[in-house]
Amino acid sequence: MADQARFADMAMDLMPSLYAAALRMTRNRADAEDLVQETYLRAYRGFGGFQEGTNLKAWLYRILTNTYINNYRAKKRRPDETELEEVEDLYLYRRIGGLEAAMVGRSAEDELLERFTDDEVKEAVEELPENFRLAVLLADVEGFSYKEIAEILDIPIGTVMSRLHRGRKALQKRLYDFARGRNLADATPGPDDAVARAAGSGDHV
Amino acid sequence: MSESDCEGALHELYEFLDGELTDDRRAAIQHHLDGCQPCAEPYDFEAELRVVIRKKCAEKVPDSLVAKVKAALAVAASEGPFPVNDFERRPHQDP
Repeated sequence: MADQARFADMAMDLMPSLYAAALRMTRNRADAEDLVQETYLRAYRGFGGFQEGTNLKAWLYRILTNTYINNYRAKKRRPDETELEEVEDLYLYRRIGGLEAAMVGRSAEDELLERFTDDEVKEAVEELPENFRLAVLLADVEGFSYKEIAEILDIPIGTVMSRLHRGRKALQKRLYDFARGRNLADATPGPDDAVARAAGSGDHV
Repeated sequence: MSESDCEGALHELYEFLDGELTDDRRAAIQHHLDGCQPCAEPYDFEAELRVVIRKKCAEKVPDSLVAKVKAALAVAASEGPFPVNDFERRPHQDP
């Protein structure tokens, strides 16, 4: 039996991660703030039912996710049940991982991936259909285990795994579209860039 | 290094990165990766991508939100015990 008076001490530190998740869920700041506040209130009121020593973060995420699904998802009425486009495994690696070979002695993909802006990565996550977005968010951003995600979302572990698999591929496709859209993929010196650089960009890093 | 080792390693890439493999399986794949650069590269790439996604999705909480939540909790505290509904009562099970 957890003491409500201790709730704030234990839970406030988790707000940055809950707020980030709320933003990815609601896709706007006003709703995300309301969602976080509602989550803390519900958690506070229910804290007597929380078993101390168990996973507080997962418990808060369960409340966050349920509050979101109950209060916000219906409001938006987005056609989320559309099929995800199926793309191959390792979609991004197969397209930009190979550029590493053009960089001698340096790990090119580290730098390539760093060139995505925060907004691009956030948008790529937020554009995922909701079921896939929640799974990817909980696994890749928050680091929950399959079992924890299954409990947070109330779905079987097999469903968690298939949503992650498909959601991650779709995320990679979106990131690749961003990379191509602003020629990020071409920004790494490669065989084709030699001519362009020789033509006088003057950028000989 | 047989082809099936590589297939197996790639097949289990996400379960490996997600920390969901048994110790034995994890060790077997790690052993394979240590000797197989073509498999190690996508593993490194995917691991780095994960780090980048996590980092770039981070948010700073507005001070005003912290203040709002604290105020809301103070109000809730002053209202005394609140009937706990079934949903929040449901304890989270740890592995």
